[in-house]
Amino acid sequence: MAENEKTTTVLLCGVGGQGTILAADLLARAARAAGLDVKLSEIHGMAQRGGAVSTVVRFGSHVQSMRADVGCADFIVSFETTEALRNLPFLKEGGTLLVNDEAVKPLPVATGKAAMPHDARGKLARAGAVLIPAGRIARESGSPKSTNVVLLGAMAAGLPFAVESWEEIVSAHVPPKTVEANLRAFRAGLDAVQG
Amino acid sequence: MELLSGNEAIAQGAWEAGARIGVAYPGTPSTETMEEFAKKDGVYAEWCPNEKVAVEVGAGACAAGARVLATMKHVGVNVAADPLFTVAYTGVNGGFVILAADDPGMHSSQNEQDSRFYALAARIPMLEPSDSAEALAFTREAFDFSERFDMPFMIRSTVRISHAKTLVEMGERTEVPLRPYEKDASKWVMMPAFAKPRRISLDSRVDAVKAWAEECSLNRAEMRSREVGIICSGAAYQYVVEACPEVSVLKLGCVWPMPEAKIRSFADAVDRLYVVDEASEYLSLMVKSLGIEVAPFTRPLPAAGELSAQAVSVAMGGEVPAHQEAPSDVPGRPPALCPGCPHRLVFKELSRMRAIVTGDIGCYTLGALPPLSGMDTCVDMGSSVSMAHGFELALAGTDHRPVVAVIGDSTFGHSGLSSLLNTAYNKGAGTVCILDNRTTAMTGRQGNPFNGVTLQNRESREMDLEGLVRALGIEDVQTVDPHNAEAVRTALKEATHRADDLSVIVFRAPCVLLERKRKPAFEVTSACTGCGVCATLGCPAISKDAETGVAFVDASLCIGCGQCAQYCKFGALVSTEA
Repeated sequence: MAENEKTTTVLLCGVGGQGTILAADLLARAARAAGLDVKLSEIHGMAQRGGAVSTVVRFGSHVQSMRADVGCADFIVSFETTEALRNLPFLKEGGTLLVNDEAVKPLPVATGKAAMPHDARGKLARAGAVLIPAGRIARESGSPKSTNVVLLGAMAAGLPFAVESWEEIVSAHVPPKTVEANLRAFRAGLDAVQG
Repeated sequence: MELLSGNEAIAQGAWEAGARIGVAYPGTPSTETMEEFAKKDGVYAEWCPNEKVAVEVGAGACAAGARVLATMKHVGVNVAADPLFTVAYTGVNGGFVILAADDPGMHSSQNEQDSRFYALAARIPMLEPSDSAEALAFTREAFDFSERFDMPFMIRSTVRISHAKTLVEMGERTEVPLRPYEKDASKWVMMPAFAKPRRISLDSRVDAVKAWAEECSLNRAEMRSREVGIICSGAAYQYVVEACPEVSVLKLGCVWPMPEAKIRSFADAVDRLYVVDEASEYLSLMVKSLGIEVAPFTRPLPAAGELSAQAVSVAMGGEVPAHQEAPSDVPGRPPALCPGCPHRLVFKELSRMRAIVTGDIGCYTLGALPPLSGMDTCVDMGSSVSMAHGFELALAGTDHRPVVAVIGDSTFGHSGLSSLLNTAYNKGAGTVCILDNRTTAMTGRQGNPFNGVTLQNRESREMDLEGLVRALGIEDVQTVDPHNAEAVRTALKEATHRADDLSVIVFRAPCVLLERKRKPAFEVTSACTGCGVCATLGCPAISKDAETGVAFVDASLCIGCGQCAQYCKFGALVSTEA
């Protein structure tokens, strides 16, 4: 499977409405800007109504499958802690698990029919996760709505794409008035992992 | 090269082929295809009330000489099947291409049917792309093939083709003039005298397509190992090549009719032949019907649900790589009605009155889930109204709970209307609730006859829903604000008490995603006793403390609709306004 070993698989997961699709789209563009083949797969429809969502981006010299498989994701970027635990099986041995340190209660928990996972942070830490306070970083960089761009920055730290290329892509695909704030959020995410 | 979804690529392919008319009813995973086509220059595109109407409008436009694209999800093909089977007989004038978008894995559907069986049954040639580049190319070429063979052509996609983005080279549009229309009853009037010879004509047209299928580049043998060969199509091709890069592959781009000679020579060229099918037996049945031996997998392929490269690898004897298991205490995260959804209180009240609720297809099917649990059945578009009639017929004369049908505005226009006509005509009883949220919400807020919004924002008319219902002879018609709990309760109670009559309640308020207007959030005061009633509304913004039961409103999710406050006996839910 020499050809496929060169394919990088990134799984972005979270809760409907958290901005996983935009982050995945920007990642796909960054891969494309680096001259790579890329495939992006997402699920629309009923799952978007507050349900669990995940988007897969795969890139390399030649990408075949558009799906992520168990034990095959080089990166998991989770926008929420419970979803990170749910998607843990997809992580490749030695893969990178970046998690926004924020929990969103699913409806069965909110209505008292289920409980949040016990010691989610501890479980994630033992799974090798890097917990990032992306919401706080976004607020501190003056862009509270840019949690997804902070996570994009954190992910960029582990990917072989030039920072200038990322900045160009972020600038071109966020609302014009928010470019500076989003660039600050991106750099803050990058620093949070590199620093 | 552009990164396009399969749906965007199909729209682009149709546009490049000079298609000038597009017809569709929205349905996941097909919806964006017609939305994208509608944005292109020089085309007319419309939402139709249902897929049958769409294919018939398409058949008319194609008879008149235009190239036409019709799009639908797999279950929409069931609705369109009536014209489809006979359009195979009539054939076309302008090219006619129909997209059937299947949903293996049932991400957003009520079943997992394989549209390739329709191609076989209706004898309509069907092409199946494996990525967006093929989706564009196959669609563009399908219009030429359609005219060349005098046949409608179908494109089959699945959710991983329609909703995956891959690289595509886009081309220019070829302007194709309208082909002249000439009256020809022997081709277009399918009464027995003409249909019988047309059936013979269909056989000879199919023979011509079969001969082409043997030679066409859409069916491609990739010869590698002589030991193992795999026949596959669509998304499964990508999984097979990733999982087994060393084996030979016969990739079928035309999945009906089958290139029989090509399949035989591929089977002869390898020691062991496998067939990889996703949530279906279509290809393996077709190959076996040729008398070709298909090898059993080391471990069976999953019979239901989506495939992946790993599923193929495991079936072929591979192992799942080392990985961590998810903790056993991760709670599920089912989708839910949005905060402020106008459907919520209808289900709350139906649940409270312990009605038998026949439901239907749309966002409101989520009303079946806890804590609302306000639905007994959901089968297909329009079935709420007709199944309620069936419940009433069977339970007549017994002491039964009230029977209530719940259907959305778009679904009512799709096929609920003919069901209601039946109940009215046969003097049936029961209550029909039409949840008119002014849009086709589940598929992304499309227009429909009852909101008077058209696909290309052309001038339209907004249907008078209550007037239409009264015109069926139903006198008991109420219009109710679904955000008002008391009004919802009273309307349902009164309507269901008149047990021998047929009554209709129109619950009308716009979908919260239409305007995205937010009022100040609500908050919980110290008056909260922790009774938990507000949490039974299933609003994502409301949670209760696991120990004390005290409610909490997440201000980032609350849109200030005030539904919950109407259920709090203690006045503990108050607006943060002023």
